[in-house]
Amino acid sequence: MTVAAAPLEAAETASGKGSPGERPPGEPRLVGYLYVLPAFAVFACFVLYPLAEALWYSLWEWNGLPSSPATWVGLGNYTDVFTDEELRSAFLHALILLVFYAVLPILIGLLLAGVMARAQVRGLAFFRTILFLPQVIAMVVVAVMWKMIYDPENGALNRFLGWFGIEGKSWLGDFSLALPSVGLIGTWVYFGLAMVLLTAGVQKIPPSLYDAARVDGAGPFREFLAVTLPGLRGEIAVALTLTTIYALRNFDLVYITTQGGPGDSTTVPAFQVFSRAFESSQVGSAAAVGVTLTLVIFLISFTINRVAERSS
Amino acid sequence: MTSRAEQTLGYTILGVFSLIALLPVAGIVFTALQDPDGFASFGSIDGLHFSNFSTAWDEANFGTYLRNSVFVAVVVVSVASLLSILAGYAFGLMRFRGSTLLFYVFLLGLMVPMEAIIVPLYYEMRDSWQLQNTYWSIILPQIATSVAFGTFWMRTYFRSVPRSLVEAARLDGASSWFTLWRVLLPLAKPAVLTMAVLLFMWTWNEFLLVLVMITDDGKLTAPLGLSVFQGRNTSDLTLMAAGSVIVALPVVIVYVFLQRHFIRGMLSGAVKG
Repeated sequence: MTVAAAPLEAAETASGKGSPGERPPGEPRLVGYLYVLPAFAVFACFVLYPLAEALWYSLWEWNGLPSSPATWVGLGNYTDVFTDEELRSAFLHALILLVFYAVLPILIGLLLAGVMARAQVRGLAFFRTILFLPQVIAMVVVAVMWKMIYDPENGALNRFLGWFGIEGKSWLGDFSLALPSVGLIGTWVYFGLAMVLLTAGVQKIPPSLYDAARVDGAGPFREFLAVTLPGLRGEIAVALTLTTIYALRNFDLVYITTQGGPGDSTTVPAFQVFSRAFESSQVGSAAAVGVTLTLVIFLISFTINRVAERSS
Repeated sequence: MTSRAEQTLGYTILGVFSLIALLPVAGIVFTALQDPDGFASFGSIDGLHFSNFSTAWDEANFGTYLRNSVFVAVVVVSVASLLSILAGYAFGLMRFRGSTLLFYVFLLGLMVPMEAIIVPLYYEMRDSWQLQNTYWSIILPQIATSVAFGTFWMRTYFRSVPRSLVEAARLDGASSWFTLWRVLLPLAKPAVLTMAVLLFMWTWNEFLLVLVMITDDGKLTAPLGLSVFQGRNTSDLTLMAAGSVIVALPVVIVYVFLQRHFIRGMLSGAVKG
């Protein structure tokens, strides 16, 4: 596994500068341009150019009809992110979903990593395969599946609760339950990723550190705080970056399960981009939300990896 | 050193969480196998009715959706892999003016979500390029976002190649093209395979792009087919479950056989999603 390289690569991705001695080893060769050209051409046409256009669109107010004029609003669409009620709640929800998509999976992963640090368990590869499975299933399928589980009439969850005499709920239809219910789907998808990453990290911590801690009379809890946790900094940073980005890009799950509802209770930025651009004719605003989302993703990966770099 | 109790605790926790990961998946498979004329409910078993799959395949159009998905995925994965190998080779083993800057531009693409570019892409495809509702409207952007990751991935691989190998090839008078395909690539199979399975998964599961670009039901990919289907038939549980299994299965099969490659790729900083 190449987990060792992960923090470094991710840090490089985020900080935008290589460490010293990172220059390509080869000799100067002009032919390099030719090799890069095809990939760059496609990339420039269908990612860079639209991205620049999105920046431009985001400064205008336009309803999307070619015949109707656009109005220059400058940064108005960006200030809306803070003032528009609907957008504010979308970003707030994204923040809450971070708890479910990133924090919870990492806490579950840490619990297991802590146990694994002391217990040598065989057959990890087998468990790893199962735990990772939710990652590879299309989000649409995950969403359809959980809609069936959450179904208020006939859903598996309410039937299960019924065995214990607990009254069923309308999980995705209730104003206060819908967002955490969507969030738990995210937890289900990503806890395996966190567990696999963190347990693999634990196996790289030198056993001598644990021996030393035991000689000093550390109990399991002290040992976790003094050895396991610091040893996992890089892996935690990677897990946090990945799950955070997935959380912020969360569109299909919300689109299928709740369409942002009931009311606006589960709307997220990615869903706002879609609904503003293609349903409610606020093209400029949609572009601004997309750009803001990108900036936030940049900022978060950059910060997480800076912190991980400094503390290692 | 390790107490038996701790080992048991380790197995128990792993077991419980594996069960949590597996139960919903098992539930939908059971649902897909229920009697289509009976009272269907998620996760129960009343025999094995494989007819749901053929019904979903023929009547609910999943055969068409699947064919479309296979076509798009094959084109995207093969073209994006080829372009990524070429670009990664240059970034990893050659020096040319501005190569670092250019590489960081690619890295930027790794973090740009589809949501950020979808709005202009839609208008360009519709008005300037006249590609809306064609396979090109999903294939081209998908290749573009894939090469951002692919180039990054292949560059990392080529930098790990022993320098002596490349030098020996040069001394023998091999061109850079020959060196890439005959000397380096045979060794790069695991790296290329890992990249290809990740690109396959991302392409197969892509949702927003297809949702926006394709309006013709006959051109939808499998995930979108499922979405349309569930919008129409929320009551037909068995058929929807069968459709879900059909949509998820190709990636799951690849995953089961190549899971080491999936996990390796996802864990080494694959920031795309």
